[in-house]
Amino acid sequence: MEMTLAAPRVDYLNVRHTVASWLLTKDHKRIGIMYLVVVSIAFFVGGLFASLIRFELATPAGDLVSSDTYNRLFTMHGVAMVFFVLIPAVPAILGNFVLPLMLGAKDVAFPKINLLSWYVFVIGFLFTIYAMVTGGVDTGWTFYTPYSSRASSSNVMMTGIGVFITGFSSILTGLNFMVTIHRMRAPGLTWFRLPLFVWAIYATSLVQVLGTPVIAITVLALAVERGLHFGIFDPVLGGDPVLFQHLFWFYSHPAVYIMILPPMGAISEVIACFSRKNIFGYSFVAFSSLAIAIFGFLVWAHHLFVAGISIYSALVFSFLTYAVAIPSAVKTFNWTATLYKGAIWLKAPMIWAICFLGLFLVGGLTGLFTAALGVDVHIHDTYFVVAHFHFIMVGGAIMGYFAGLHYWWPKMTGRMYSDAAAKVAAVIVFVGFNLTFGPQFILGYLGMPRRYHMYPEEFQVLNVLSSAGASILAVGYVLVAVYLIASLFYGEEAGDNPWHATGLEWTTQSPPSPHNFDVQPVVTEGAYEYSKREIKVV
Amino acid sequence: MSDAAAIPADAHGHGHHHPDLQHHFDTLDQQHEAATLGMWLFLVTEVLFFGGLFMAYLIYRVWYHDAWVAGSRELSIALGGFNTVVLIGSSLTMAMAVRSAQTGYRRATVGWLIGTMVLGLTFLVVKVFEYKDKFDHHHVPGFDFQVDQAHAGIAGPMQIFFSLYFTMTGLHALHMIIGFGLMSVITWMAYKGRFSPQWSTPVEMSGLYWHFVDIVWIFLFPLLYLVDRTGG
Amino acid sequence: MSSLFQIIPEQASTLAPKVDQLYWFIIGVTAFFGILVSILVVYFAVKYRTNDPLAVGAPITGSIPLELAWSVIPFLISVVIFGWAAQVFFDIYRPPDQSLEIYATGKRWMWKFQHLDGKAEINELHVPVGRAVKVTFTSEDVLHSLYFPSFRTKADAIPGRYSSVWFNATKVGEFHIFCAEYCGTRHSGMIGKVHVMEPAAYQAWLSGAGGGGTMASRGERLFGELACNTCHLADGSGRGPSLVNKFGTQEQLANGSVVNVDESYVRESILTPQLKVVAGYQPVMPTFQGLVNEESVMALLEYVKSLQSSSGGAAAAANTAAPPAAAPAQENR
Repeated sequence: MEMTLAAPRVDYLNVRHTVASWLLTKDHKRIGIMYLVVVSIAFFVGGLFASLIRFELATPAGDLVSSDTYNRLFTMHGVAMVFFVLIPAVPAILGNFVLPLMLGAKDVAFPKINLLSWYVFVIGFLFTIYAMVTGGVDTGWTFYTPYSSRASSSNVMMTGIGVFITGFSSILTGLNFMVTIHRMRAPGLTWFRLPLFVWAIYATSLVQVLGTPVIAITVLALAVERGLHFGIFDPVLGGDPVLFQHLFWFYSHPAVYIMILPPMGAISEVIACFSRKNIFGYSFVAFSSLAIAIFGFLVWAHHLFVAGISIYSALVFSFLTYAVAIPSAVKTFNWTATLYKGAIWLKAPMIWAICFLGLFLVGGLTGLFTAALGVDVHIHDTYFVVAHFHFIMVGGAIMGYFAGLHYWWPKMTGRMYSDAAAKVAAVIVFVGFNLTFGPQFILGYLGMPRRYHMYPEEFQVLNVLSSAGASILAVGYVLVAVYLIASLFYGEEAGDNPWHATGLEWTTQSPPSPHNFDVQPVVTEGAYEYSKREIKVV
Repeated sequence: MSDAAAIPADAHGHGHHHPDLQHHFDTLDQQHEAATLGMWLFLVTEVLFFGGLFMAYLIYRVWYHDAWVAGSRELSIALGGFNTVVLIGSSLTMAMAVRSAQTGYRRATVGWLIGTMVLGLTFLVVKVFEYKDKFDHHHVPGFDFQVDQAHAGIAGPMQIFFSLYFTMTGLHALHMIIGFGLMSVITWMAYKGRFSPQWSTPVEMSGLYWHFVDIVWIFLFPLLYLVDRTGG
Repeated sequence: MSSLFQIIPEQASTLAPKVDQLYWFIIGVTAFFGILVSILVVYFAVKYRTNDPLAVGAPITGSIPLELAWSVIPFLISVVIFGWAAQVFFDIYRPPDQSLEIYATGKRWMWKFQHLDGKAEINELHVPVGRAVKVTFTSEDVLHSLYFPSFRTKADAIPGRYSSVWFNATKVGEFHIFCAEYCGTRHSGMIGKVHVMEPAAYQAWLSGAGGGGTMASRGERLFGELACNTCHLADGSGRGPSLVNKFGTQEQLANGSVVNVDESYVRESILTPQLKVVAGYQPVMPTFQGLVNEESVMALLEYVKSLQSSSGGAAAAANTAAPPAAAPAQENR
């Protein structure tokens, strides 16, 4: 490290050091870091449960834990990962940090509500952790009735309360971001000059604001059903347990777009930067984010194809499900075309982004199977579906999150991590991931149902492969944690713009000053005008 | 009665900006627009929140119309109607409060806000009586729910009706209680002279929230109390 | 058979090849695009790579024809897959008219199958090869799902409602039955075997020990024990409508609408009788919820089905020789 005699620059990290200055901060950057801490803990907790699951499933017999324990493990794995990692990760961490910077603003529209959203998130998390350590919950993260309302003797209420509370965090974040994007763009920053990450965050915020209240009311209805013995879903009274599924999935399907849209936005940023090119088809990528958000609300009943919905209903939802896949395909083709005649700088973020492309491709394409009515009857509730959604959510969302994290890490911390270690980790994760979830497609079509503690012997070989892959995957993730944390102590100084990227966030110092910009930036060009730079075209 | 507050003297020493202008905004206008957009978005989330219950209501009403009629007849149109008038009245007083704040009439603002709270409290008190009446008639699901002999065959769906009745009106009452708390804070702020023609945003935002709560009731009343009431 | 090399289950029903064909087609389509895009990504990343951070890429921003192409073509392919899959879906959920009927209930944590002749099996199901079999079932408690992977069919068992699956087994042998909807502690123990038998072997099994009278005769007995026969007189002069020749017809309700007298309506009439009262009758039928379980309801259902005026009484159509009397495939679809 260089020795300098000048006084260290004031940035958002060193401006004040007290605990109170963090816990009472209104700075979106600090709030982003605080989310990073909690989400990372949740990822570790969820990962721990996943490891236990894969350990157990290495043998056909239920010999590691009891069935009741196993049922709690997969439920809590799902709850932790869905509500406390996948939903908040990119929006609340990267979005919070980067969005105002990208817009040339001093903060989000409602900084105090931003801090409130973090507290709400933590409180919800604490309720859920409490539920986990005092016996856990065993309904599956989907809480289907009547099992969750009448039969389960686990901590359904406590977990439901935790999820209910956390939902408000998502709503407040989405609301904040929408107002910020509408009202706080820098002069000259018109909609079509916005970075695609902003479009993605905007589309996500739409879903967060419109969708999350429905899961809130659904969990509330479940709570009164279970706690007060009301009878909204009770078949004995004439209620419909499948109504719960409709209400649940009306949010939970759009929720998966909350999980994938922001990482896709991060991927757009990374691919543009490391191809040194404008994203191919900018407006198509921008509009595809909106299309996914809107169409995403129209497909929920594809989770109910075998639950007794009418054939005609099923036809409509299957068709719409294919429709919602098209914008994602459009994005993928545009990203690929961006690489054509680019100047590809293969640094770590780009390696993660390329791994994302491979895995998201598989995840998205396998959706074509589950959307196909005739095939879904066979593969519904089997490991095929488990593989499909893990390819999207882990191979897609988490990889995209990591790509963004690696991209903006120098800006957030002022430090560089080991590029070589990061590339190695990406490859380990890629290999481990494919080995974990690839065999599960086959397991699913062979008929192995999901949420099975024990399984017939004939499924063992594929399960062993999957568990082996999981251990490799774990190594990869641990490696990421190691070199990122190490960078905080030993990483070299990053400089303001280590990636030579366009974007207002890269015109600030690293880490940024508390108020972001000393002078209000004015925007005069599009988001990815790399071509207007030096004439050294490849 | 006119004591329109002047712009308070610059108390921050920050130069020329209004003391209520938050630092991340450039102008009061921008701040006001942001707050308004934010509150409207929040109200949209509330529509979706209640919407789930409305959907359940809709489906079961189609399936079990007779039970819906029977359940609705157990509710008091008089009390429900009275409450509707009370709540609409409170929206009127709220609108007057907003107008007073925007035109700088401090005492009028406080007066109208107190009026809103009084009417809101009236609504809640009537609700307590209604709920007690339902409890006495064993119409609270989960608490020894019973229906009379004539309706024995549709007891199950009637229990669903009352489950939805209590959940929907209960949730609405909860929103009113929160609104009441909000009003208390706003009334105190108005009393302290915090609002002026340049900045009365909190009053306006609270007004939006209160009107929304009113509108939810406008839907709840006919849907719950007026099922097939024509012809007695 | 090594599971490492088996990637699809045995094709043991007429449906299985249809589903598998569609599956292979989608694999072909997705593999094509997946490999194509992967190759392009890797190829471009390698071919255009640089170590110079100050180099820039070519000033390409887009191409409308390309965007249209890669929107429209995938859409058209999707429509083809959708249409084909919808066709298969119809096949899966529309049982042939002359199906051998079997009833089942799922409850934590077992499947109980009832044959019309009265035999009951737990977690085992014996069926003849080469004959359409329709399983009508419900749940006694929480959601379950009846899944026959080798037949490529499943449907959720929902308390309060009937579901059904059908299959025409094409291979003799034993195949898995799984519960495919999480239902609590022993969800993964709620499994069984379906035994597909040659017709002769099936006949032999049927005439073996077990049963206790046909389902319909059990239903007739219940009909008497529960005093249904005091209101539902055969000539229609009682407080309730006659049930003779009623199953499979349409009935006008007191509120003016018309219902199909199918399995669901009969079940509803026993458990929640005052919801859909027949026109011309008073809503006085008491509910039998809690007095009969789902299996008994199915027995009563079979009895009502058997009330054809030509045979009268409890002459349940035996499932040995001819297929049972045709019942319209009326489900909630």
